[in-house]
Amino acid sequence: MTTKPTAGITLRHLASRPEAGSFVGMIAVYVFFALMGGANFIGAPGISSVLNMSSEVGIIALSVGLLMIAGQLDMSVGSVVPASSLTVSLLAVDFGVPDILAILGGLAVGLAIGFVNGVLVSRTRIPSLIITIGTMFGVMGLTLGLTILIHGSTGVFLVPGDAAKAVFGQLIRNMFQVSILWWAVFVAVIYGLLHVSPLGNWIFALGGDKESARNAGIPTGKLTIGLYMLSGFSAAFVGVSQVMTFNAAQVAAGQTFIFNSIMCVVIGGVLLTGGAGSVLGIVLGTLTFCIVNQGIFFSGLDPNYGSIIIGALLLIAVMTNDKFRAMALALSAGRRS
Amino acid sequence: MSDKAPILALRGVNKSFGPIDVLHDINIEVRAGEVLCLLGDNGAGKSTLIKLMSGVHQPTSGKIEMDGAVVALPTPRAASEKGIATVHQFGGTFPLMSIGRSFFVGVEPTKGWGPFKVYDRKTANEIAVKAVQDFGITRIDDGDRLVGGLSGGERQSLAIARAVHFGARVLILDEPTAALGVKQAAHVLRIVNEAKRRGLAVIFITHQVMHAMAVGDHFAVLIRGAIAADFKKGERTREEITDLMAGGETMAGLEASIEGYMADHAGHPPPAV
Repeated sequence: MTTKPTAGITLRHLASRPEAGSFVGMIAVYVFFALMGGANFIGAPGISSVLNMSSEVGIIALSVGLLMIAGQLDMSVGSVVPASSLTVSLLAVDFGVPDILAILGGLAVGLAIGFVNGVLVSRTRIPSLIITIGTMFGVMGLTLGLTILIHGSTGVFLVPGDAAKAVFGQLIRNMFQVSILWWAVFVAVIYGLLHVSPLGNWIFALGGDKESARNAGIPTGKLTIGLYMLSGFSAAFVGVSQVMTFNAAQVAAGQTFIFNSIMCVVIGGVLLTGGAGSVLGIVLGTLTFCIVNQGIFFSGLDPNYGSIIIGALLLIAVMTNDKFRAMALALSAGRRS
Repeated sequence: MSDKAPILALRGVNKSFGPIDVLHDINIEVRAGEVLCLLGDNGAGKSTLIKLMSGVHQPTSGKIEMDGAVVALPTPRAASEKGIATVHQFGGTFPLMSIGRSFFVGVEPTKGWGPFKVYDRKTANEIAVKAVQDFGITRIDDGDRLVGGLSGGERQSLAIARAVHFGARVLILDEPTAALGVKQAAHVLRIVNEAKRRGLAVIFITHQVMHAMAVGDHFAVLIRGAIAADFKKGERTREEITDLMAGGETMAGLEASIEGYMADHAGHPPPAV
């Protein structure tokens, strides 16, 4: 809900929005790197590289963010991305399956891994961090083993058909990946899910207090499985989009998505313990993270030290988000007639 | 009391977890428009008793009756569908959700159709605010406020108003005033009286005698998993109840008599007096 017809938009009201911190942070890092990075960063090359990176990590961050709002983590996304892209390319190259079926196969792999994660998390008391690290290694091993068994090497080259390339892998103006548009679609769908449909309420309740949510009649098991399947699907979608963009699939790809997606979500103000967060925040967090990531490259800073900046960014973001959340609660308590 | 059948009654209920007996031969009943105060020290079995009544645990033996008929409460959901609502010490609500959203959690009002069903925030907020204001909490006037911004008493009131709105007939309040200041507690006691006036059966669990005396019609004191005393309003003075609760002479005497009885009767506790 971005509008409040009763209250109107005031400065105080804006400050009480949990995303306000993320927005201020994004503007600050953009101005900083615009000054450091110069014309290239402000121009199309900078914008496209930020958006290209944002679109891929952003698609995963949205559904990982939903899981985190529901109080769970998903580390397995890092191995779902290569599992999906290799499924697509092995099916298309080694088995001669048509592109569309190969792509559906890749997405099905993501849904299946998500289903397994969801069942394990909802049926056991093992923390989801451990379960999804387990499935991550399992899937990584399977991907490596099967790829070598079937293809004889750890990478597969693929020449996709024109239609598949246009839908999932084309470069608009030779610079902007079509995945940016897909990111927009994911943002719209997940915004609807979390903030418009009644299901969003269930997700917040699940992350806020699982016992109370179950007592209120929410099917917590099914909801958890559904959210993990969404996260598996999103990671698989990025896998498909990568193999269609780069015409190749690598077994080792994808590991960076694990921590990058979590960082985007946390910078975007999602509470690590669940129960609070927003799609707008996750999008802002993703952009902030990618601006810094690409800004380091464009500004000519020694990339060896880039990780220090990213680490600092994460800590500062979490601290300011906590501050803003406390402010929102205080304002809520103070608004009395 | 009246001669109506009790809404909820426990008849000879025992509960053990493996070899450990937690509750022995519990007989309690509560009628519409009546407040039953369940008093007892920590470890007396109060929370196990609540869990039996709210469908979390099943009795090892004995019967739970509603309106005179034996019922099974296999899940918390089943209990709430039968009209038994449990409100826990901290209100069981979601601090970072809005009042409207947490009021309707699990039963969200929607508008639109098919896959385009939209959570109806305006209706949810209006109904939630009205339900709470009807209970006399007029300070809550904006359904968008976060639950975490409410005081402890307001949170309890919100939870009670929610239970009543969704058709609860039996309200189980688990130490609702334990974590509250004097003023906030008075607030909650007023809400309890209002629930009673509306004809709900209230089971009020507490160890604060003053609070129990303020609202209770009927009192049961739980010691070591057995009902050690069962009396109506006016039958005991505040001092006597306090003495029972605080483990003074009377308490010690009762315990000794229970233990003596149990020793003579193969470990069975005495029937309620």
